[in-house]
Amino acid sequence: MAGAQDVVVRVPSPLRTLTGGAAEVRGAPGTLRSLIDELDVAYPGLKARICEADGSLRRFVNVFVNEEDVRFLQGLDTPLPAGTRVSVLPAVAGGSRADRRLAHRRPAQG
Amino acid sequence: MSFAVGLQCRACGKQQALAPVHVCAECLGPLEVRYDYEALRRSVRPADVAGGPATMWRYAALLPLPPDVPVVDLGTGFTPLLRAENLGRALGLHKLYIKNDAVNPSYSFKDRVVGVAVSAAIGFGYHTLACASTGNLAASVAAHAAKASLESYVFIPADLEPAKIVGTAVYGTNLVAVRGSYDQVNRLCSEIADAFPWAFVNINLRPFYAEGSKTLAYETAEQLGWRAPDHVVVPIAGGSVLSKIGKGLAELRALDWIPAGRTRISGAQAEGCAPVSRAVLSGADHVTPVRANTIAKSLAIGNPADGDFALRTIRDSGGSAEMASDAEIAEGMRLLASTEGVFTETAGGVTVACARKLARSGRIDPDETVVLYITGNGLKTLDAVAAGLGDAPVIEPTLAAFETIRAGAVA
Repeated sequence: MAGAQDVVVRVPSPLRTLTGGAAEVRGAPGTLRSLIDELDVAYPGLKARICEADGSLRRFVNVFVNEEDVRFLQGLDTPLPAGTRVSVLPAVAGGSRADRRLAHRRPAQG
Repeated sequence: MSFAVGLQCRACGKQQALAPVHVCAECLGPLEVRYDYEALRRSVRPADVAGGPATMWRYAALLPLPPDVPVVDLGTGFTPLLRAENLGRALGLHKLYIKNDAVNPSYSFKDRVVGVAVSAAIGFGYHTLACASTGNLAASVAAHAAKASLESYVFIPADLEPAKIVGTAVYGTNLVAVRGSYDQVNRLCSEIADAFPWAFVNINLRPFYAEGSKTLAYETAEQLGWRAPDHVVVPIAGGSVLSKIGKGLAELRALDWIPAGRTRISGAQAEGCAPVSRAVLSGADHVTPVRANTIAKSLAIGNPADGDFALRTIRDSGGSAEMASDAEIAEGMRLLASTEGVFTETAGGVTVACARKLARSGRIDPDETVVLYITGNGLKTLDAVAAGLGDAPVIEPTLAAFETIRAGAVA
């Protein structure tokens, strides 16, 4: 049941084959780890696309929690309170959250 | 005739058909174009290339161009490979060359990658070209869209310098200024690319786009008489150009167009944004992202997408890496201009400054044939060297007035 208590997850197009084409899915509050486990039950195979066999995030996947790269938060242990927006994006050239503050004054060229 | 036969994931190796996608459906790794090199070897020879146009399109057979689509020809490439004897004396290098890519149609090497991407876009049936950028790429996409009569959207951070905005808007693009950082613009464009049927040159067309950089290697080898340099120094932003120069030289060797051997490939970054150089110098297995803070804005990518590939290319080639401070970057720009008459942007200053450090520390041998890649034009980044250079004496229009300041200068 969708509602303001959910965590909203944006799904990139390469993963939408697993979500029946849905660009947005929802999960329960908790941590990024619990969210990924929950979504893997609803959409089998999703976890294997996002995580390595040892459970860590794949190198070419960026996960943003409310605009913040989780690698600069608590990784898979990042808490996801109700209403959090999670965005999964393939890594694309052109910087990440890491250079955002300074890049705001000194934009990088793509 | 194209010999491109498909796409392959650079991370997990999974293959798929040629398509306007950049991400492996399996592991989200980056995709790369595959070629039928055996067919290429049978069909194309260096003499065929030499009979081609004096542009990058002489290497069309080695690029992933769709059949029956005329290239969008702005006259990109086959830029001068200049023997740099004066700079060589300053750096202690006896056989130094400059590949001057500052003289491309929109004044940077980006015309090479956009040239390939725009052909792919037309071949895949797109009518709109797009990109996220703040300068070199923005201008190149807008220029190519104009020439191809395509619609274009160029997304830039709203706080961009006026000169860069004008230098892009003049081509008649739909320029969209986004309230936010370059990173936020880039992320927005990933989402737009999912929602709109547009050809984002550096997103969904990235596998094709990136191949354009190989022509930097092809031209260098041909201009040296079909042999590879011993050592090249390449600026690193996202890391794509460096690894594609390595790929281009490897292809020419595999095709027997140049003699077997090894070209050492060294990377140049700014001290304020040197994730790849630091990884090279520390022996790390992977590139660790950093917060960028440098005047070399065109290299200020703290989390380079192709960083690990650049790292591997450098290691495998026996090359090294260096980094330059902001002061050294400006000094590098002035040194290249005052010794060779080539005015480069900050990225070129980084390359010159890093080459000097590599030479001084013995990581470039004085007798190696060395090529420095100068990828952008100095008029794009005037501020970097403006301090102290804009103070010309103002005199009355009389000989006496000139003789007075001349006497002062000599004394």
